[in-house]
Amino acid sequence: MDSNEVKMSVELDVFVGNTTIMDEEVYQLWLDGYTVSDAVSIRMKSGILEQFGTTEDVLESDTMDHYRTFQMTERLLHHPSKLVNQVLFQIPPHRQAMLIERYYAFDEAFVREVLGKKLSKGTKKDLDDVSAKTGITLKSCRRQFDNFKRVFKVVEEMKGPLVENVQCNFLLSDKLARDYAAIVFFANSRFETGKKKLQYLTFEDFAFCACQLIQNWTVGAVDNMVEDMDVDLDKEFLQDLKDLKILITDKDMLDQHKSLVCTGLRGKIQVFNEMEGNFKNLSRGLINIAAKLTNTKDVRDFFIDLVEKVIEPCKADRWLISDVRAFLTQYTNSARALDGFKYVQSS
Amino acid sequence: MPGKLKVKICAGRHLPVMDRASDLTDAFVEVKFSNTTFKTEVYPKSLNPQWNSEWFKFEVDDEDLQDEPLQITVLDHDTYSANDAIGKVYIDIDPLLCSEAATVICGWFPIYDTIHGIRGEINVSVKVDLFNDLNRFRQSSCGVKFFCSTSIPKCYKAVVVHGFVEELVVNEDPEYQWIDRIRTPRASNEARQRLISLMSGELQRKIGLKVLEMGGNAVVGYLQCFDLEGESGLVVRAIGTACTLDKISNTSAAQLPACNSPSKEIKESPPVHPTSHGCRSTHNSPIHTASGSRLTQSFSVSVPTLIYTGMGSGGSAGKDGGHLKTLLRQQTQSALEQREFPFFTLTSFPLGFLIHAGGVVSARSVKLLDRIHNPDEPETRDAWWEEIRQEIKSHAKALGCHAVVGYSESTSICEEVCILSASGTAAVLNPKFLQDGCLDCYSENRLEDTSPPSCGFCHIPYDELNMPFPAHLTYCCNCRRQKVPDVLFTTIDLPVEAAVTGRGCLIQARLCRLKKKAQGEANATAISNLLPFMEYELHTQLMNKLKLRGMNALFGLRIQISVGENMLVGLASATGVYLTALPAPGGIQIAGKTPSDIAYEQHISNIQKKINDTVSRNKELYEIHPLEISEEVIGSPIPEPRQRSRLLRSHSESSDEVSELDLSHGKKDAFVLEIDDADAVEDILSLLTDAPLPTGFYSCNTENMPGIHNWTSSIQMFTTVRVFRLNNVNLTNQGLNKSFNDLCENLLKSLYFKLRSMIPCCLCHLNFTVAVPEDELIQVAATAVAMTFDKDQAQEILKSNTAPMKAISENEEQLQFPMELSSDSPSVQTFPPSKGFLENASPQTIQGTSRATSVDYSSFADRCNSWIELIKLKAQTIRRGSIKTTPSLDKASPLAEGHLRLRSTPSCTDSTVTVVKMTPLSFIPGAKIIKYLGIINMFFIRETTSLREEGGVSGFLHTFIAEVFAMVRAHVAALGGNAVISYIMKECVFMENSNKNQAQCLINVSGDAVILIRESEQEGVPIQTHGSTSQTPQSGGAPVS
Repeated sequence: MDSNEVKMSVELDVFVGNTTIMDEEVYQLWLDGYTVSDAVSIRMKSGILEQFGTTEDVLESDTMDHYRTFQMTERLLHHPSKLVNQVLFQIPPHRQAMLIERYYAFDEAFVREVLGKKLSKGTKKDLDDVSAKTGITLKSCRRQFDNFKRVFKVVEEMKGPLVENVQCNFLLSDKLARDYAAIVFFANSRFETGKKKLQYLTFEDFAFCACQLIQNWTVGAVDNMVEDMDVDLDKEFLQDLKDLKILITDKDMLDQHKSLVCTGLRGKIQVFNEMEGNFKNLSRGLINIAAKLTNTKDVRDFFIDLVEKVIEPCKADRWLISDVRAFLTQYTNSARALDGFKYVQSS
Repeated sequence: MPGKLKVKICAGRHLPVMDRASDLTDAFVEVKFSNTTFKTEVYPKSLNPQWNSEWFKFEVDDEDLQDEPLQITVLDHDTYSANDAIGKVYIDIDPLLCSEAATVICGWFPIYDTIHGIRGEINVSVKVDLFNDLNRFRQSSCGVKFFCSTSIPKCYKAVVVHGFVEELVVNEDPEYQWIDRIRTPRASNEARQRLISLMSGELQRKIGLKVLEMGGNAVVGYLQCFDLEGESGLVVRAIGTACTLDKISNTSAAQLPACNSPSKEIKESPPVHPTSHGCRSTHNSPIHTASGSRLTQSFSVSVPTLIYTGMGSGGSAGKDGGHLKTLLRQQTQSALEQREFPFFTLTSFPLGFLIHAGGVVSARSVKLLDRIHNPDEPETRDAWWEEIRQEIKSHAKALGCHAVVGYSESTSICEEVCILSASGTAAVLNPKFLQDGCLDCYSENRLEDTSPPSCGFCHIPYDELNMPFPAHLTYCCNCRRQKVPDVLFTTIDLPVEAAVTGRGCLIQARLCRLKKKAQGEANATAISNLLPFMEYELHTQLMNKLKLRGMNALFGLRIQISVGENMLVGLASATGVYLTALPAPGGIQIAGKTPSDIAYEQHISNIQKKINDTVSRNKELYEIHPLEISEEVIGSPIPEPRQRSRLLRSHSESSDEVSELDLSHGKKDAFVLEIDDADAVEDILSLLTDAPLPTGFYSCNTENMPGIHNWTSSIQMFTTVRVFRLNNVNLTNQGLNKSFNDLCENLLKSLYFKLRSMIPCCLCHLNFTVAVPEDELIQVAATAVAMTFDKDQAQEILKSNTAPMKAISENEEQLQFPMELSSDSPSVQTFPPSKGFLENASPQTIQGTSRATSVDYSSFADRCNSWIELIKLKAQTIRRGSIKTTPSLDKASPLAEGHLRLRSTPSCTDSTVTVVKMTPLSFIPGAKIIKYLGIINMFFIRETTSLREEGGVSGFLHTFIAEVFAMVRAHVAALGGNAVISYIMKECVFMENSNKNQAQCLINVSGDAVILIRESEQEGVPIQTHGSTSQTPQSGGAPVS
């Protein structure tokens, strides 16, 4: 019988459903950049063959079908609104949302490598290093990078609230849209986040900062009605910050400020003595950072400066987070109470 | 001037970039109908143009309205060079010509290009104002309704079923015209698409005229096909059943005995009375001498045809059938006599329409194609079909039947050879349905026949004393008054009124035969010599597989024989079922011829054991537990000496165990397979290697699945295509057969895996089509629908079914466990019973069942022959597989709509795309059809010269099929519909040339566009509307300022 065995090879093998069948597990493997054969072996390890009493051929054919479908959908996923209105694949809305959300999801390790970098061809070329460092496949890195860049390009020049812009154009969930807003914001101002001293910060931390900056420091934040731009820091505001220098250059002012802060915090923080002793340095550090922000170069170093000039001295003196919070609140409020400042703050 | 067609071009979207410099497009639209063309303005620099054109008005004959498609071309304006075509939309306006169908076509149509595929969409509105035309000599047939569905459409009542209508038109294929050498592939494809569209329109109009002549107003079971005869031309032919339909007002719709209503009442299975003598194996082959061996310009060979009459066939093939010169039963049905061809393309019927089904009749003929000289006179092709139909008619007469139901025609073409095939089920019909004005009381008509409706159709239509062939008849197990055959084969759907025991299943027979390459007449002769053998073998396989499943009837039988250069491929599909009215089938008995050798006997008995195991396993699987009744009730009315003696011999040859095994099958006469025969070994192998269905899956190729009625609304229609290359220089029939068998099995396995999330589910209308596109290529395609059903209700029905049965063994009780999983504590319950189930199925413990005889199977264990061992091993792995499948039963289907909700779905865009369901069946579970909008009949060509870039052959075809679905859905949505029923892919011709990086594919699909409403309004996939939630974090104060 065996001598009669006819060798067969599959030339063509397709399965198309009226409702497009998409296996979430295979989708994730595809997103993670695995090749079909890798995906097949990963699926096999999950015991799927035994579970459904099937064979490797079947699994391979199924994986191929899925990969083809995903490749065809990828073009549409680049413009999620197109996915919703396309006619080629009939996908129920909740599945569409899943496809989009997963496609735009990114790895923490990856985003920390790219956050604040210019989303340029140069950065893209270096992705193989990122891939080697993070263990994320190059294919997946490219997808994530392209997603960042695509979102950036679309919302960069757009008026209105950044998060909403991202959400409406890419149909992402609130959380993911906010993350993308942070990524766009960082990429636009090119904040340095890769330095060794900043390594301990997570993407979450930066995203929180981005959110605060967008809320308070952008044009949109200052004037809600007119030029509603969330992406760029407000130049006028940064210029105004220069006026704060008086707090460290004017001896009287400095002393007055210090005494107000000390009065306010006495007995309220654990590190009162350290604070009192270090007030001048801390204030100088803060004000200098603020005053320099008109230079783009210094904007980039914003976080590294904060760490070096403010966070590290505080850490050295073992400040608690509550101490820092209380100090900064008092510091701000006291400055407002100073004579020479009452008008500045109203601008 | 009887009609005014009005077209408005509203807008476009997602257009491709045609101007690289600006990344935009300057689009405009040409609207063409017949010889008139209108143009819109150019909408500059946009991918989403808003033309908002005026209403373009075409004043045309209704003849043109029927024939011509509306052709819309989207172009990119170019000041300096020729305008570039973006793509086209063809709109069949036929649905607008019928007052009861659609009134306006309006929606987004995909813009299709034969080279680039879908390139954006265009929003078009189309209306028709028809003026009444009472001209008797008119050429048009506006108003005649067409239905692809092979049952009377749901919201209509058949007043009269007039009968068969057929027509064919021929033309030269543009692909083969001289001009094709100088025009672009795109122009050639478009010429072809347009021509076929025109021919389809013309064909439909001509059929409509015939219907009007007959006094009808509709065509049901309309089937249109193309024969791409290459050099010799293009044939478009259609058949259908002319009817006079009455629309049922909504109030009465509920009472209508819906032909295929999925939620029909389950019939109590009447007690089963198996006869003491079961199957008899004979094979009837009336050899019709090759009637048309005129070796003139049109060579033709009429192939001897088999009549399947529910007769067994096997080792004892008897040629005693001879010529069919039998007495016909009196035929008073003048209504039918008048008709040239009393054929009906319907496969299911109004209650009382079908009185008796005699068996399958089929005819094939091999023809040599010749260039069609005069397209206006398609006489040659007409004559060919005429010949075939005459043959079918005479076969039906021989069976004492005056009509043929479930009738269909098909062709297979390879180069200049063409096999024409026709098949149907010989039947006796109630003449009252065939005449005007007496149908109002058809429920009474039914009663006139004394036989109960649940078994009447099984009763033999022919005269018992003058049977056209030797058959084994017994009294009907249901009414015990009339005679029934032991086995019944039909091409129709299982009548809803039929009483069935257990569930049905898909049965396929697969066969390849090598053929020498030859030319012309020699080739045709070689093919026609092979055909009878193929039919015979396919029939044998079907019979064996049927018996192996413990069933006694086949429905929806389709036998396809495809011709290639060096081989013939045959594929028969049918749905097996145990008809309560028919006697229980006998088992399969293996007989050896050389009793001397002990080892050989063991070998035989091992095979026998394997077969018996499979039969009993299948009986459990398909829940076939007919009541055993004492023998004296019915005796075999016809003695069969020959059969008896054969059986006796096999008894004497085999061991005692075997004879005892025989008891386990209810003392039926066995179906004897002689093992000496090499073919028999092959048969047995193929029998045993058919992989069992995975737990939770059922399959059938008919409209309704016998034994399953409680469908949920979750359906998934799909098309799958595979092409295999056989890489072996020395092909043998056996090797080829095995490969082909594996191919089909693998395809099925893939389907089961893909659709695993729908368990418990049934693959319905699973019809494979095979083709031999090139020398060593075999193409298999299937379009089917997977439907989930409610296992809890299944259990109830099961219980109500089994309740009246006498002996429910412990094991049987346990068998029902999968249905109970959802009760109290599934996790606890799941495993122990499943173990019980497995034990039940495994041979070691089979003696535990009360019905099994006291055979000690274990004594066979160490006597296995090597290949049996292999099979056993395989069977065990399969069984092991099923253990782990069991837990998956209680997984809810993730495909079901609305189950999964993403926590935060943005609300920014609502889709403008209508969801359109598709199914090859004539119904959608859980939904009611409220309106038929007309037929969808679309033909597409897709070609590529960058095959690799498009993802190779699979990528290319995957995209194309998805595009075809998309275009069908868009057309249905534009008609105002939300579903396509009776959808079929009639043609999928795929050609590739990988070296040239080229491929071409032609697809022809059809179906009925309908509007559905849910029976229970629980629809709704709620997209959670998330307003822009406030994104201002409250606290946290700025660190510095």
